[in-house]
Amino acid sequence: MSESASEPVQGPPRVPVTVEVNGVSVDRQVEPRSLLADFLREDLGLTGTKVSCELQVCGVCTVLVDGRPVSSCTFLTADADGAAVTTVEGLSDGQTLHPLQESFVDHFALQCGFCTPGFLMMSKALLDGDDVPDRAAIVEHLEGNICRCTGYQPIVEAVEHAAERLRGGAHG
Amino acid sequence: MGENVVGRSVRRPDLVEKVTGAAQYCVDVTMPGMAHAKVVRSDRAHARITGIDVAEALAGPGVVAVVTADDIASLHARFGHIIADHWILATGKVRYYGEPVAVVVAETVAAAADAVELVRVSYEDLPAVMDVDAALADGAPLVHEQSYEATGDESFKNLSHVDEETAEPALTNLAHEVTLGWGDVDAAFAESAAVVENTVHFPMLYAYAMEPYNAVASYHEGALSVVSTAQHPYMVRDDLARVFGLPLARVRVTSPYLGGGYGSKSYTKVEPLASVASWVTGRPVKLTLSVEEAIYTTRVDSARIHVKSGFAADGTILARDFDIVMDSGAYADNSPLVMAKAVNRCFGPYRVPNLRVRGRSVYTNTAPASSYRGFGAPQGNLAGETNLDRAAERLGISGADIRRRNLVRKGEEILPGKRGIDADIPADLEMVVESLERDRKDVPYYGIGFGCSASDAGAYPISTAQVRIQIDGSVLVLSGSTEMGQGSRSLLAQVAAEELGVDLSVVTVVQSDTSVTPYERTTGASRTTTLVGLALQRACADARARLRDMAAELFECAPGEVRDLPGAVAGPDGRELSFGAVVRQWFGGSAGEVTGVGLLRRDGATQKMPPFWEVGMVGVAVEIDPETGVVAVDQLVTVADVGFAINPRAVEGQDLGAATQGLGGALYEELVYDGAQLANANVVDYRVPRMKDLPRKIDLMIAERRDGVGPYGAKGAGEGTLNPIGGAVAAAVARAVGRWPDRLPLTPERVWRLMSSD
Repeated sequence: MSESASEPVQGPPRVPVTVEVNGVSVDRQVEPRSLLADFLREDLGLTGTKVSCELQVCGVCTVLVDGRPVSSCTFLTADADGAAVTTVEGLSDGQTLHPLQESFVDHFALQCGFCTPGFLMMSKALLDGDDVPDRAAIVEHLEGNICRCTGYQPIVEAVEHAAERLRGGAHG
Repeated sequence: MGENVVGRSVRRPDLVEKVTGAAQYCVDVTMPGMAHAKVVRSDRAHARITGIDVAEALAGPGVVAVVTADDIASLHARFGHIIADHWILATGKVRYYGEPVAVVVAETVAAAADAVELVRVSYEDLPAVMDVDAALADGAPLVHEQSYEATGDESFKNLSHVDEETAEPALTNLAHEVTLGWGDVDAAFAESAAVVENTVHFPMLYAYAMEPYNAVASYHEGALSVVSTAQHPYMVRDDLARVFGLPLARVRVTSPYLGGGYGSKSYTKVEPLASVASWVTGRPVKLTLSVEEAIYTTRVDSARIHVKSGFAADGTILARDFDIVMDSGAYADNSPLVMAKAVNRCFGPYRVPNLRVRGRSVYTNTAPASSYRGFGAPQGNLAGETNLDRAAERLGISGADIRRRNLVRKGEEILPGKRGIDADIPADLEMVVESLERDRKDVPYYGIGFGCSASDAGAYPISTAQVRIQIDGSVLVLSGSTEMGQGSRSLLAQVAAEELGVDLSVVTVVQSDTSVTPYERTTGASRTTTLVGLALQRACADARARLRDMAAELFECAPGEVRDLPGAVAGPDGRELSFGAVVRQWFGGSAGEVTGVGLLRRDGATQKMPPFWEVGMVGVAVEIDPETGVVAVDQLVTVADVGFAINPRAVEGQDLGAATQGLGGALYEELVYDGAQLANANVVDYRVPRMKDLPRKIDLMIAERRDGVGPYGAKGAGEGTLNPIGGAVAAAVARAVGRWPDRLPLTPERVWRLMSSD
């Protein structure tokens, strides 16, 4: 057995960041190499955001930074300094589900659910835009998100339905 | 038949937890004082380990320990539920690129990852066998220089056809061989009007469950507690108890929500690595693999299958002969069972009067292969169905007609002595063909294909379930079956609500904690609806019987005079008591609970194996771009022959998901070895289906004939629709371009070359 006396982890100096996460301002000192996904999951305990490919191609880790979808698995926490970050935990107001969440449940648009936070955040970015997306626009927009369970059709239907509902002004 | 809760597409409560981010997956689990592990992996395919220098790594900041094989030599440092050949850490030599050689434990993931780079492993290269031909060649280097004791896994003995009395054979790279057959195949070939033979290649696949394998383990004072991504927590518990020599009751394995499984999380994966790291360091240790590491942990068996069938002039099958060779990689894992299933499933749900099947699972110096959705059926079915379609073409009859002529009817046996077919497969075929033909397009480079399969499903029928009736009438359902997306948590609640006559909203299902939930053998082979469903029905009946007995005491009448009502009982004088009231009044003091227990074994309705047949019935229509070879899926048609759909939308979801995975393996997915290592061990180069690949038309049909042994006539779902997709796509492409492909996936380049070949 090979064990060492445990020492504190050393490395380059930490970086101060101020980030507004789901409406709450957070100040932290992070390692320069800290990734936003790890910052959210480990430093803040917001484990709703998941990580899979770590190469920006599966969409699982998508969060919104100042309203724009980013892959948090490859986004430096330091680059989010001064920004507003929205995660899946920020979608609902805690009382009622966001229309996208409601629609995903109603349409069986998830099974294992591991990819779902990414799909929800990516879809929110689309529905927050000015245009009401049609089916083709939804498919185009979500091409970067992988789901291995559903075969996608229920997801398309869920986003279409939520888009219709939001057009009716049911929810911000 | 008057059910109230089952048979309806109820909202799944687990989905609500999942859309808010509140659902806990293994990767979200932490333990107090937890350290983090990263694995040092072999960078060559086959080599003797001549030294491991850990000094520099140990000196790294935050490093707690570096664990190597020497540190765990006092343990039974191997696992494997069929052949215990899988070394937790490479011992003496490495057998594949990516094999774990050491585990670094550190205060943070980053510190562990940094220190992995500082572990110096020295090797002496050995000649490697990178494919089955090299592995089976005379004088081939051996992947394993020793044989291993069999573990005597009961399901394996029952489901394979091995002569257990054979003497110890000479050591080869043959991990396992299975044969099956009857009649006189050669004589039947001699009498056949047409003999059709061909070879197919099934690709090396990766299931890509999006949550990679991970586990957190704590070994403390002679007890081990592990939270992991295991589909079969009880099977993992058994492996871990063997490793540490612990009583089963001192090993606890918990599986929270799984981020996908698809068979790839069956059996033991990273749990031993995390556990030995905790055993060495005395701290809880978490190990989370990257996708690349996950690919090198478990892939899908690739296969080369030669098939030869003899037919009468009218298309009647006279004989079939299959030779299956699978590349199972460096360790057996579940490949022997995958092979046994491929042997059972390759020849299809047809009358085959003369049959000969030989299956060989071969060790190579590649990543270990194991279970994948369909268990050998996708491999075997590709060969059998492609061969049938080629025969139809040769005989000048349609693909539908050759199947109509040969498909078994309900009750007929396809495996002698096993359960007869519990489905109307010819009727299912007509549903698929009708839907495909209805929307057939009259355009160039367009083809349709369809295929059938029948899988001996359900695995071995050992299931238990418990229901606990609370004083307020709410109900806890306990099951050792794992929720990995398929919807069992919601489905079991529906069954309990139906049986007890209570509202669905008062039922809570707790799953997969070996120290809390009752025994469940596995979560695989599409078994949960049927087998856990039956056990749960018995548990509900047991709870009701106990409640009637208790009510009889309260009513001061004979137990036989108490009648069941929905969520309540009634006495002979018409007095009614709700379940909660019975519990409260019997115990007194507004406390207590009543537990109903349901046990299922190979007995009665589940005596005959398999417990049920899972039918696969699919059709596709493809349109090919002749300039590029790109295959667009115009139609996808499936039939779920499930007996009774307890949650129809969930069944459709399983079918579309399984079919989509099947389309991935048919059109896009293939792991490719380039020398010692994979050229595409990532999700960029290993392409899985994406949203734009959606078929233009999707028709998901459900056939409900109440012909299963499960609750309300139900049978399992979830694998069937994947199994025949490969053959259906191959046939559709062949009809579109006029040439038969011999391998999957049918990538644009392959299709273009097929069209352009002479």
